Amino acid sequence: MSTAYQIVVCGSIVPDPLQTLEPIASPAGPALKNEMMMPAILDPWAGHALFEAANLAKNQPGSKVWLVSLGPKAKLQQVMMTVAQKVPFELVALDGPANGFTNAAETAAALAEAIEAIPGLDKSRLLVFGGWESASRGAGATMQIVGERLGITDQFQGVDSLTVSDDGSLEILERIEGGKHQVSKCAGAPALLGWATGNLPEPKNNPQVGMVNMRTVMPALQKARSVKFCGDGLSFASVALPKQMRETQIVKDKSPDEIATEIVEWIKK
Amino acid sequence: MSETIPIERLRMDADIVCVGFGPASAGFLATLSKQLVNSDGTPAVESVVMPGMPPQVLCYERADDIGFGVSGIVTRAQALKASFPEIKTAGIPMAAPVGEEKVLYLLDPHGASRRSATLRAADALIRLTKWALPFEHHALNLPWTPSFLHKHDGMILSMGQFMQWVGAQVQGTGAVQIWPGTPVSEALVEDRKVVGVRLLDQGVDKKGNPSDGFTPGMDIHAALTVVADGPVGPIGRQLDEQFGLPDGHRIRDWAIGMKFVVDLPEDTPLKAGTVLHTFGYPEPEIFGFLYVHPDRIASLGIFVPSWFDSPARTAYRYLQHWILHPYLWRHLKGARLRSWGAKTLGESGKHGEPHLAGDGYARIGEGSGSTNVLTGSGVDEAWATGTQLAEAVVELLKAGKPFTKQNLDETYVQRRRASWVEAEGRIAEKSRDGFQKGVVTGMVGMALAGMTNGKLSLGSAPVQPWKRIPTVEDYFDGKISRGEIAKIRDACKTGNVPLHGALMDKAGWPAIPFDGQLLVSHQDALLMGGKVQAPHGCADHVVFLHPELCEKCGERICIEACSGQAIYPGDAGVPNFDREKCVHCGACIWNCSQANPENPERMNIAFRAGAGGLHSAEN
Repeated sequence: MSTAYQIVVCGSIVPDPLQTLEPIASPAGPALKNEMMMPAILDPWAGHALFEAANLAKNQPGSKVWLVSLGPKAKLQQVMMTVAQKVPFELVALDGPANGFTNAAETAAALAEAIEAIPGLDKSRLLVFGGWESASRGAGATMQIVGERLGITDQFQGVDSLTVSDDGSLEILERIEGGKHQVSKCAGAPALLGWATGNLPEPKNNPQVGMVNMRTVMPALQKARSVKFCGDGLSFASVALPKQMRETQIVKDKSPDEIATEIVEWIKK
Repeated sequence: MSETIPIERLRMDADIVCVGFGPASAGFLATLSKQLVNSDGTPAVESVVMPGMPPQVLCYERADDIGFGVSGIVTRAQALKASFPEIKTAGIPMAAPVGEEKVLYLLDPHGASRRSATLRAADALIRLTKWALPFEHHALNLPWTPSFLHKHDGMILSMGQFMQWVGAQVQGTGAVQIWPGTPVSEALVEDRKVVGVRLLDQGVDKKGNPSDGFTPGMDIHAALTVVADGPVGPIGRQLDEQFGLPDGHRIRDWAIGMKFVVDLPEDTPLKAGTVLHTFGYPEPEIFGFLYVHPDRIASLGIFVPSWFDSPARTAYRYLQHWILHPYLWRHLKGARLRSWGAKTLGESGKHGEPHLAGDGYARIGEGSGSTNVLTGSGVDEAWATGTQLAEAVVELLKAGKPFTKQNLDETYVQRRRASWVEAEGRIAEKSRDGFQKGVVTGMVGMALAGMTNGKLSLGSAPVQPWKRIPTVEDYFDGKISRGEIAKIRDACKTGNVPLHGALMDKAGWPAIPFDGQLLVSHQDALLMGGKVQAPHGCADHVVFLHPELCEKCGERICIEACSGQAIYPGDAGVPNFDREKCVHCGACIWNCSQANPENPERMNIAFRAGAGGLHSAEN
């Protein structure tokens, strides 16, 4: 039995992980220094969720993928030019902060509201995907609250695999301690899956997919609703990066054992 | 890649396809995008491939994001201001109006640089009379500089931030699409007509053979291909090879620009808008710059030209010595590296202008010879050529005329010939020829050309870079004995490292006092400042065409000059290439002492389309 799913992926943007981040205090609370100057990418965890969603939609005829993304509009536009070449989706854009210093409950409320507002949404066919973690919201609570607000009780976090059975039920592998997976089954949609890495490689850039996506990306950005957070009840005691010490050596001919021994000695120092 | 087995490629049709998103194509797209749609949303002109819609305009950019290019720029911004009258107050990050401008002659505090007798005499005279001169910290502040060197009423910009800003403006119109991370591997040419481009194959091995997830690059057909891929772009170079250059034109002058973006110390006295240009040190042939952005940020770096005849011309180490010059170090001590990068500059200017238009294509920007080599200005000129082409394209679209060579000549090329870019380019055309004879002749030649509107100049037409490169032994003659050089060669071969470090140490250059925040190893600069990345499944874009020439090469200047240490010694004498370190500066195409047997205007290294590179948007 094939089900035509409505798959909504929640995925925001984060600074390109190659950038050096520096938290600063701003009048509105903690912020990242030069955040708007740094290049951004789609949150890698959400990226896995999006690629899994596209793969599921491809294998379940009639399915459709939305990407609900909350971030500064200018940055979203920039990131979408890369993401839109990967897989087909329709964008739902929300113009708001993506620096990670927001209340997960407020973020989740905004995302849930945007999902509820998708025209023709049918919750009996709804699968909500996202990253179980986020490179900018490490709390991992956002997706869970999104599900609660949408009334989705079947929730799975740390998902590496989703299989749709012939009877329409879902078999899901969630990561648990010790490098093992917990196998769960649920009857079907609606369900929420916070993805870990999944099993799919990043799709190659496809210009045709990009062209098709662009028909909805630019209009979605133009009508992106502005989202403001009040941050009530949220306070940050301190914000800091871990201290770093750098000592580079260029080695080409050492064995892994030798390198490991040297690193251990260095750490001991 | 080898195409012995036919590969089925997907095809897509557009109206206009643009190769590369730099200042030229940004000027093109910014101008074009405003004129494709009427204010009521209806098409001002209609697409051929999608009737009823505005023309489908696609721009493919090689780098992983727009704004990942490198260029520390101070510009008069006359073309930019014409496109964006409000640019000075547009809130572009890191932009500042030009304030104080200084040109400094840096003397050598270590006695390690290679200076001619004339320069040594000049240095002695300056030191002798320094009490009467604006001389401090081993630097002479030139009390007067010709007006053509000034950037009054101009702007200091971060190219990365400016391109991100423009990209947002252009894409916000919805009239054009810019696709980053999508290299174009070749122009599609049929009967000497360019009919579109082919995108890079993905899922291939180092040599380009199909591998896991092979995805052949798509063919994008378009009535007009706009070639704006810069001085080392594979499409521009393909067209140069295929169609040749106009009579008497040669592309032989190059430079590598390497820069840092730094946080200046908190107590810096340097004000936003400060512009310092230097010459004389670390070698007389090397020019330097320091531009101060708002919020204590500065862009600084050096240019190492192809007429600096050193077979060990490493920009990275020279940049560190430049930073450590006493005049600059007093400002930079305590500064912190934010970003780093490098870029080849096409220094031929009008000498190297290719055919600007042909059937189905037009050339704009630096790769079209627009850079003014006298004023050292390229971004504004590139932008202007883009706007000129856009106006021509709109004129042709509205007239329903095809993009033939004749039509493009009568619209685009004619506009360009009648513009200030052309007029100033002609003045500059021979201004740097003097550098073929030496630094002093070069400086005098520049002044002559600048002050006589190009009527007078010194020197002769440039020769191919490979002809200028001496042997290591000859270059260091008098400084390092041949026996010592032989020992250095052996030691470096054993250690599998380039020669330049040991050679410079031996020639008297002091060691770099690494401080972990500004003065860092080359490898750390890749990680801390360049943030270089390369995606899986792409072929090596640097290829040694005739390995047998590499095997017998005594200089291997490609290794010494490689901006990212991506080219390094190989076992049989043929250098290795590490794609994951390449910053795509393209300097390897002119840092090679071996002529290409098939085309002596080129050398033995091919720089092809490639993905990845720098991930910094501040350069």
